[in-house]
Amino acid sequence: MADATTLPVDPAAALERARQGKSYWHRVWERLRGDKVTLAVITVIFMLVAMIVLAPWFTVHDPYTGSVLRRLKPVGTPGHWLGTDEVGRDLWSRMVYGGRLSLLAGVVPVFLALLIGGFLGVLAGYAGGLVNGVIMRLTDVLYAFPSILLAIAITGILGSGLQNTILALTISFIPPIIRISESVTTQVRYLDFVEAARASGARPLTIMRYHILNNILGPILVYATSLISICIILAAGLSFLGLGVTPPSAEWGLMLNNLRQALWVSPLVAALPGAMIFITSMCFNLMSDGLRQAMDVRL
Amino acid sequence: MSEAKVAAVTAKVGSRPGRCGPSTEGREPIGQAQPLLAVENLTKHFPLKGGLLNRTTAVVQAVDGVSFTVQTGETLGIVGESGCGKSTIARLLMHLIPADSGKIVFDGLSVGASDGLSLRELHRQMQMVFQDSYASLNPRLPVAMSIAFGPFVHGLAKPAALRRAMQLLEAVGLDPLLFANRYPHELSGGQRQRINVARALALEPRVVILDEAVSALDKSVEAQVLNLLVDLKAQFDLTYVFISHDLNVVRYISDRVMVMYLGKVVEIGPVDRLYRRPQHPYTQALLSAMPSMDPKRRTREAPLAGDPPNPISPPSGCRFRTRCPFAEGVCEAVSPVLRVPPGEELCLVACHMRVPGSGHSRAAKE
Amino acid sequence: MTQSAAALRPVVSVENLHVSFVMSDATVAAVNGVSFELEAGKVLGILGESGSGKSVTLRALMRLLPPARTRIEGRIHVAGHDITAMDEAALREVRGTKVAMIFQEPMIALDPVFTIGVQIAETIVRHEGVSYGAANRRARELLDMVQIPSAARRLKAYPHELSGGMRQRAMIALALSCRPAVLLADEPTTALDVTVQIQIILLLRQLQQELGMAVVFVTHDVGVAAEVADRIAVMYAGRFVEIGPAEAVIGSPAHPYTAALLTSTVLGSMFGQRLEAIPGMPPDLRAMPEGCSFAPRCRFAENRCRAAMPPEFALTAERTTRCLRVAAREIEPAGPRLDESRAAELSGTDLGGPL
Repeated sequence: MADATTLPVDPAAALERARQGKSYWHRVWERLRGDKVTLAVITVIFMLVAMIVLAPWFTVHDPYTGSVLRRLKPVGTPGHWLGTDEVGRDLWSRMVYGGRLSLLAGVVPVFLALLIGGFLGVLAGYAGGLVNGVIMRLTDVLYAFPSILLAIAITGILGSGLQNTILALTISFIPPIIRISESVTTQVRYLDFVEAARASGARPLTIMRYHILNNILGPILVYATSLISICIILAAGLSFLGLGVTPPSAEWGLMLNNLRQALWVSPLVAALPGAMIFITSMCFNLMSDGLRQAMDVRL
Repeated sequence: MSEAKVAAVTAKVGSRPGRCGPSTEGREPIGQAQPLLAVENLTKHFPLKGGLLNRTTAVVQAVDGVSFTVQTGETLGIVGESGCGKSTIARLLMHLIPADSGKIVFDGLSVGASDGLSLRELHRQMQMVFQDSYASLNPRLPVAMSIAFGPFVHGLAKPAALRRAMQLLEAVGLDPLLFANRYPHELSGGQRQRINVARALALEPRVVILDEAVSALDKSVEAQVLNLLVDLKAQFDLTYVFISHDLNVVRYISDRVMVMYLGKVVEIGPVDRLYRRPQHPYTQALLSAMPSMDPKRRTREAPLAGDPPNPISPPSGCRFRTRCPFAEGVCEAVSPVLRVPPGEELCLVACHMRVPGSGHSRAAKE
Repeated sequence: MTQSAAALRPVVSVENLHVSFVMSDATVAAVNGVSFELEAGKVLGILGESGSGKSVTLRALMRLLPPARTRIEGRIHVAGHDITAMDEAALREVRGTKVAMIFQEPMIALDPVFTIGVQIAETIVRHEGVSYGAANRRARELLDMVQIPSAARRLKAYPHELSGGMRQRAMIALALSCRPAVLLADEPTTALDVTVQIQIILLLRQLQQELGMAVVFVTHDVGVAAEVADRIAVMYAGRFVEIGPAEAVIGSPAHPYTAALLTSTVLGSMFGQRLEAIPGMPPDLRAMPEGCSFAPRCRFAENRCRAAMPPEFALTAERTTRCLRVAAREIEPAGPRLDESRAAELSGTDLGGPL
């Protein structure tokens, strides 16, 4: 072979300089940029998260102190622009601080399920045969339960509280993630380029890292973001049933439950946490749709 | 016929230094005693599962008792129609799928045996180019990374591996500065196939298996890639196993040709001999089925009727007998074995007609 | 009109056909000015590589292209109908009856959930209005005509139960069920094994002669074109660069592209020599160069070739070319000289050779 002195430049630098190729992700980003709806939704989510994280800067009142004198004030009351709840706590503060727990309980389980379920699914898809059989049949067992019942059962056993909620939801979401990652891995596993990688003597983990992962990330990401919207609702639902976050913590589902009795008295105030759940969940859903469309780049 | 005899005969044929001009009949070939690749009795059956409990309902006899050798520096062409098992042979040679029985010996060392060649070592010596140029490349990696992956996996550091990738890009006729960072979807079929060839060469193998490597390309691009393959073979001292269904291309590039039918070898011989005086009726039919290039002399009759049968339940005895115009009782009863036909020292044929005293009416008497 | 005059009037007549696809980022000029005529009982072979526009031309004859994105200009007359002027409903009546198409992949035409007998009979009933009994009888005749053995039994077979060659024949039977005047064939033999390919080629030739159909046969394989076509049109970058009788085009090509295509094809007589590959790549159909589209790759190109796209020159009554220099008799792009012994080999090896 020709020796290195015939090449005028360092190859790694040349690779960087000759960066003319538009990678798949670059194209996805281009399509995303043109999609106004998804961009708007992503902006909303960002603002929401920012506001929730920086809650002290956005709220005046303490979400935990209430005053019986000021209970169930309607929307538009001076000083409490979204009214107060049944114990007199400022609803706006409760909503913003509550967002922390709701989003935490909505996003963290999906993230954890992605790590665990993703690994198991890729393993099952790549190995095939007996390993695949064992993992997938165990997944089928868990899949037989409707996710909400599974979550209820687990929190029923473990008790309520944020940690147990997250645990229960993680377990509920692991089976669908195993399913989808196994499915996409199987699609990619038998393509010629993976065979070629095997033929160069690479070990399975190396192949998974360089050839499988970057090809399955897209569909799994889309699926995971759609799961977030479901998870937010499930977390709120669990708290609504009293199995999730416990009072006096602020959390949208819990607030919905507590304000239920006030529905006839102050309907707008009672509906607000529900509206918040709806908006957030919807945003994640739309974002997932937009991602899916952007990723449908025909190469 | 024993394996030793088969090996001895094929050893005589060796490699031909140049391929200019007319046939090499009568010219003493430079033979090497030990072939680079020797395949003995390779068999692979695929079970078809069905029914309630996923039982095996039928067996696809993809490759059945195939033996052949490849000498250092030659190009062995493997031809056959769909279902003949040639692609399965490629994957068996590369050990991408395990064989049911049989031995593969590389340079005297048994592959997979404890005292022989490990799979990892085999992959350093033998590489493959696939047919589908697009599916052979990871769509998410720049092509230079795809090429560098092999050396990287075998211990070369990333910068050094990339450097080798750039050299190989140049060797296959692509400007590294322009192409290194491209993605497969931005390249044409011919360019992609060059990348695949570069990738196969990255580990500096001695044998390259080309599984229908030019079949999916346009004719003009096919010519470019064939020229490239011939040049690279000389430049890097390679040995090729060229699998194709295109008889013209195989004739152009091969030194010896092996014809397969339904999982068995029916004929092996030097290329000119095989194309001018085919010994097996299937080879004859295959050659005369090629479309005529001359509109004034069109083909008047199809040499074979029907489709190639299913490898699931092949005919007993000689597998070609259901379509062979010369089939007789002995063909149904006895499976023919690869033998040297009388008068043709360099060929091997599996046909009762060419075996004296076999019982076939057209065979010579003992 | 008298019988002979009717027979002489071309069944397919295309004039100055332009087809372009409007995409979001560019307009692809797939076909750029194609004109030809085809009489009944004759076969026109369109020879070209991928991207030449041959499949698009074929589909334009039936307007099988996506209506939203496609722009068709020019005149297309098939079997007495003006294709460009008709609306979708009228076109549906013509497709399958007057004009039929067969494809490279039979499963495009055959529905996997119906038996082939049902599919053929249904087409006949729909278009000719006869009873199912009569249609079934005709389906049986058609399967016999395309040489499917045990036709009666095969009528009840599903497409996936048939082998590749049988499926191709079934697709041909379906296409011929309503006695079309014109048959469009889009690389029907490309995906077939070589021993099956020659059977289908012979079948098509026989059927075409028996039924007196006009056939437009698209292929990238010179050998197949030589076996099937009476006239060959060579297509490059959306235009016919030459048309003529098959022997003439193959024996003495009148365009450098045809010659280059023939010499870069691996033919029997070329062993030991380097293949003369055509350098470069076909032009980008979104940004066609000025001048002759083959000029960048042509070894005979001169400045006037690059100035403007050459029109079609008539070399003889039957041959046209788009090469300035050939038309002016300045060059003669050499064709492959068929090795005599090779030609003898190709036209019939005797089976059961010497023992």
